[in-house]
Amino acid sequence: MQKLCAAFFLFLLAATLALLPVTGYAEEPVLRMATTTSTDNTGLLDYLAPVFQHDTGIELQWVAVGTGKALALGKNCDVDILMVHAPSAELKFVNGGYGTDRREIMYNDFVIIGPRSDPAGIKGKSVDDALNRILKKGVIFASRGDDSGTNKKEISLWEAAGLGIPDRQNWYIQTGQGMLATITIAEERDAYTLTDRGTYIKYEVNNSGDPPLIILVEGNEGLKNQYSVIAVNQEKCPSVRYGYALKFIEWITSDKTQKLIGNFTMLGKKLFIPNAR
Amino acid sequence: MEYIAEGFATAIKLLVRGDPETYSAIFTTLRISSLSIMAALVIGIPLGFLLGYYQFPGKRQIHAVVDTLLALPTVVVGLFVYVLISRRGPLGSLGLLFTIPGIGIAQTILILPIVIALTATAVSNLDVRFRRTVLTLGAGKKRTAVTALYESRYGVIAAAVAAYGRAIGEVGVSMMIGGNIKWHTRTITTAIALETGKGQFAMGIALGLVLLLLAFVVNWILQIMKRKI
Repeated sequence: MQKLCAAFFLFLLAATLALLPVTGYAEEPVLRMATTTSTDNTGLLDYLAPVFQHDTGIELQWVAVGTGKALALGKNCDVDILMVHAPSAELKFVNGGYGTDRREIMYNDFVIIGPRSDPAGIKGKSVDDALNRILKKGVIFASRGDDSGTNKKEISLWEAAGLGIPDRQNWYIQTGQGMLATITIAEERDAYTLTDRGTYIKYEVNNSGDPPLIILVEGNEGLKNQYSVIAVNQEKCPSVRYGYALKFIEWITSDKTQKLIGNFTMLGKKLFIPNAR
Repeated sequence: MEYIAEGFATAIKLLVRGDPETYSAIFTTLRISSLSIMAALVIGIPLGFLLGYYQFPGKRQIHAVVDTLLALPTVVVGLFVYVLISRRGPLGSLGLLFTIPGIGIAQTILILPIVIALTATAVSNLDVRFRRTVLTLGAGKKRTAVTALYESRYGVIAAAVAAYGRAIGEVGVSMMIGGNIKWHTRTITTAIALETGKGQFAMGIALGLVLLLLAFVVNWILQIMKRKI
């Protein structure tokens, strides 16, 4: 009996000790960000966060979700700052009073990728034409389906092509997952998908520069992909660390950080092009 | 096929070289599961004992409810706790979303039914002659109860093992409440889910190996405890 008690207490003690370092976290200044999956999947934030901490002493923690969910997290006051890429949804968010201090920071572009065999024959075509061909041939298209910035863009492209929003069709699969995960699914299913160029380059790197899915449509007007940061409005959310958020915005739009973003390359290609004004 | 072998090779390398990202996920997992198992045992053993030892009206119904909760889906717990602890929710002021204690609380809710149900079953399955024997030996009510708990210790240990196994291996709660934040709330299971989705298997395999190893070590320690007590 005593041994049982002793063992139990030893266990409790060990468990408590295991927990101790946790309390250490709370004292450090932490800025919590909700961001799109592309900034996380590409490793951009892994690259920037240590520099930010070095320059300001603030630890950046981020949850990588789609832009839609990031905006929702901001509305619920669960994060301090957003880094997202869906300009019209962002403006709605700011105009609704949920966010302040929106600044554009960088861009890249969206591309349509697909299998080398290109079963729908979309290579080099315009976006409208390409989507039309995919739909007519019924070749599988992997959509993020998660209300992310890329998903919003994709839906707007279907609409702009006059094709309506696909749903519940055999060839249209909605993954509900992040960008890189969706590319992986597209690869497994020999499907087309829309991605930002940054994540695609990361995917190329993961496949040692020789990926099964290649870029088929690019360089069209309307494929620009603008990223911005937005501070969560402290008037609506008194608990947010607005001061840290402002510091981050100032830091990421500074010449020095903008240069860092421009220097973030893989396979000799820039993943994001800084354009803070 | 090579990439599987490659995954295993990289996995061993990550573990042997002490890759900080891998170990961060391992320690986060240990912290969270220790927190939740501790809380679940402290709350669950007394409740399970009460449920198994005493006779009272509605006992059967409560037992049925607890047994049903054994099948509690992790995502339902995740959703429920998320709504409660989001800044907009009733417990929002505590700032628990995307923190280790937040995941700990949700996991505690998840595994509490296991501790209660298995403890109750162990206590109520004691030989019917047990209570009479102890009473005739001159034990008081309190002493009898304590002895009953002691006599059902193997069942309680089994409850702890099952509960710990569920806590350490679940992914739904950790993903929803923790947000898979690198260096902070990324656990073994969320990292595996993430890395597999990104098509990078090495870290996933490394963490999978560690998870199995942890399960083995915990069971081994409990086996020793069983023999000693």
